[in-house]
Amino acid sequence: MTAPVAISVTVNGERVEAHVLPRLNLADFLREHLKLTGTHLGCEHGVCGACTVRVGGEIVRSCLMLAVQANGAAVETIEGLSDSGEIADLQAAFRDRNALQCGFCTPGMLMAAQDLLRENRTPAREEIREHLSGNYCRCTGYHAIIDAIETTARARMELKA
Amino acid sequence: MSSIRSNPQRLSVLDRPNSYIGKTVPRPNLDRLLQGRGSYVSDMELPRMAHVVFLRSPYAHAEIVSIDAAAARRMPGVIAVVTGKELADVITPWIGVLSHLKGLKSAPQSAIAVDRVCWQGEAVAAIVATSRAAAEDAVEHVGVEYRELEAVTDMRTALDPATPVIHASLGDNLAFERILDAGAVDQAFAGSDAVVEAEFIFGRHTGVTLEPRSVVADWDAAEARLTIYQGTQAPHMVQNIAALHLGLREAQVRVVCKDVGGSFGIKVHIYADEMATYALAKLLRRPIKFVADRVESFNTDIHARDHRCKGKIGVQRDGTITAFEIDDLTGIGPYSMYPRTSAIEANQVVNLVGGPYTTKNYRARARVVFQNKNVMCQYRAVGHPIACSVTEGLVDLAAMKIGMDPVEIRRRNLIADDAYPCASPSGLRFEQLSHHASLAKIVEMMNYEALRAEQAALRKQGIHRGIGIASFIEVTNPSAAFYGVGGAKISSQDGVAVRLDAQGSVICQTSITEQGQGSQSLTAQIVGSVLGVSMDRVRVILGDTDMTPYGGGTWASRGAGIGGEAALQATKILRKNILDVAAVILQSTPAELDIIDNAVVNVSDGARRIELDELARIVYFRPDTLPPGIQPEPMATRHYVPRDYPFAFTNGVQAAWVEVDTDTGFVKLLKHWVVEDCGTIINPQLVDEQIRGGVVQGLGAALFEKCVYDDRGQLTNANMADYLVPMSGEMPDIDVGHVVSPTRESELGAKGAGEAGTAGAAAAVANAVNDALKPFGTMITEIPLTPQVILSALGRI
Repeated sequence: MTAPVAISVTVNGERVEAHVLPRLNLADFLREHLKLTGTHLGCEHGVCGACTVRVGGEIVRSCLMLAVQANGAAVETIEGLSDSGEIADLQAAFRDRNALQCGFCTPGMLMAAQDLLRENRTPAREEIREHLSGNYCRCTGYHAIIDAIETTARARMELKA
Repeated sequence: MSSIRSNPQRLSVLDRPNSYIGKTVPRPNLDRLLQGRGSYVSDMELPRMAHVVFLRSPYAHAEIVSIDAAAARRMPGVIAVVTGKELADVITPWIGVLSHLKGLKSAPQSAIAVDRVCWQGEAVAAIVATSRAAAEDAVEHVGVEYRELEAVTDMRTALDPATPVIHASLGDNLAFERILDAGAVDQAFAGSDAVVEAEFIFGRHTGVTLEPRSVVADWDAAEARLTIYQGTQAPHMVQNIAALHLGLREAQVRVVCKDVGGSFGIKVHIYADEMATYALAKLLRRPIKFVADRVESFNTDIHARDHRCKGKIGVQRDGTITAFEIDDLTGIGPYSMYPRTSAIEANQVVNLVGGPYTTKNYRARARVVFQNKNVMCQYRAVGHPIACSVTEGLVDLAAMKIGMDPVEIRRRNLIADDAYPCASPSGLRFEQLSHHASLAKIVEMMNYEALRAEQAALRKQGIHRGIGIASFIEVTNPSAAFYGVGGAKISSQDGVAVRLDAQGSVICQTSITEQGQGSQSLTAQIVGSVLGVSMDRVRVILGDTDMTPYGGGTWASRGAGIGGEAALQATKILRKNILDVAAVILQSTPAELDIIDNAVVNVSDGARRIELDELARIVYFRPDTLPPGIQPEPMATRHYVPRDYPFAFTNGVQAAWVEVDTDTGFVKLLKHWVVEDCGTIINPQLVDEQIRGGVVQGLGAALFEKCVYDDRGQLTNANMADYLVPMSGEMPDIDVGHVVSPTRESELGAKGAGEAGTAGAAAAVANAVNDALKPFGTMITEIPLTPQVILSALGRI
């Protein structure tokens, strides 16, 4: 199990072929092999949420998943969501509300927030707080982040109405 | 305010049209971070870069008998295995003392332990390999023989004759002691209607920056120059220390600080493993990268607090506080940290206890002892949470004793808002504080009377809610009194250079740094406002010792107050220089001209006379068209340091509204309020978010965060799952209000705001929990307030 394994992954819409060691986790694959450094590593044991990415539409902790497990899957990172414009409104709300300071948790936080807003279009503050409880932020105290997500949810509903 | 625009020498930034001062504007650098395009040190790669992983001691105290690295050296990808002895040829050891902390002692500390390890986690060898994974594989193959020594872990017995002395050359385990006796304390206690005592216990905790400490050190053997890429709050301090211990001149060391994933004081120090990384780059003549993993972050990032403080307060029946007395004990690990020392926190506790109140009777003792645990040092709000929790806990105890409302006893004892300038019994000088205005404002914000009624009504239903109040003072804008006078090469001044570029935009280089507080934004706001250009035309460069003026950096709530004033003064000069040239070009006088909205305009009618890009074109490309003898100066530099007051004290008050489940011991934070006074507010949103973030770090200390050591000095919860930090689901909304008393020492009038939230949060929560538990006749003076602590106090477990 120590020889490199061939994998094929779609990352942000581009097909990537690679040979990776079985022990390589998805976060290291994204950061070190593909240079997608927007995915951050805060704890490397699945608690802090900084490495959150989307695999097959679901958010996962990329430090807890092996690169080989992503074989055949579609992986989306903060770079992909930024370039596609999918979360442009959420990013603008974070900027306007200063819902980030050092920015290290932010890519994972945006991933988790977008995940919530796709499931629940009108989350209450408590629901937002609950959904983000797997994403640590040491700078903001969360209040501004909750505000920004709440604002985005309202704006999206108004857009739909 | 009157307009004094006609005289640029007497310009007030607050009077300018289109001023950004006091306005919420988004930080200019956010999109990069929002799109995952930040540049953190952990993201960096350089050609020929190798990775270092440290083998760390599993023992709290042991002799290193032998190290066998032969097998590790044969592992694939391994470039070198370097022991402490080998590295000692490249980098010299250090001693973390400062001369103004009289009697402070510590032992020489090496980048990598040489023949003895003094805490679990101290580096024993460096393994350098082509990848971090390869280095981690090789670590397992380094054989170290240790002889375990008795570990000193309990600070309470560290000074007992029976306890081993950690550093024989020091004679005992006492690092520092300070005694203060002001007024007539014994007399005051004797004449008091009531005297109350308690022992306050503070858990050892740490900063948990989400990005661990990271360094890339690049030694260029051809240039004989070391470039250090590091997430640091103080680049020039790192430059000085690295040069000193590597035998280089400062000019041979460049420190570059890009994006920093959280700092909070954790990254204002220089750690042994960082020193080792600089030395390894020099030894191996290639770039070396060190990124701490989370386990080693818990074991090596400085810890803080860990105090046991006995307190005593005297009070009269009318609520007058007659005296405070404290006896503080803290354990700092085996070494005083370098270069800021580990005596500062205890020293601050002595300085700050009783600080908001009028009594002149105050006695204090603080003792700082060595132990075989990780090092402790300055973390956000150094000493303030201890001093505030002790003071405010005692004030509430006194109020309870005489049956007075906690707000009322504070009204009767806080220093009056018109009593300034004045000084505290410990000698702190206050220029202008606003305790009473702040208290009045928070009482209104929280609707205190209604909350009390709600509390009483819920009490009947068996729901136990409590209100906690905590007034506080905060040290900001430190002068040379903080470190410089003690011999540390840590600058208290900051410098800013501003220049007009060839298209009429402005480039600003400042010595303060950015770790997310908004240093870039506040600098651009000041420069844009004073000069009269829009913020999108101001580019701020910081965090590079080759590129910026010399200065302290961003720590101790000093960036806005000191770096901001330097930016203001530099921009005033640039503005004058531009108007001088404009007057020549326009055949006018500087007094008749102003700069507004990126153009030189008439003061009289506001008519636009010349755009700044056109002026810049003439200055840089057609100076031949200017009259003889006219030499434009499109760049200006100014430095600033406070001189009148050693520190610009701020003040404020916090309030917590909590519910305690007396069956489970869980505390639910329902709401938190803060009113604080940081003087001139440059960007209200940034100030509020500094406060909120600071509060939540204080709430973590109040309820969750604790480094749990066993009696052999093993840290038993060194991971994110077992060491709890605040999560969004358990944090309250936090309302922030302000009172504004600008410092008159600077033209800007700004004091610091970065630590106020942390200073008082735990005190407010502890007071609220005790208020909730009042019917049970219990008083808890220990944090974190875990379910175990609460249920034990209630006698339920």
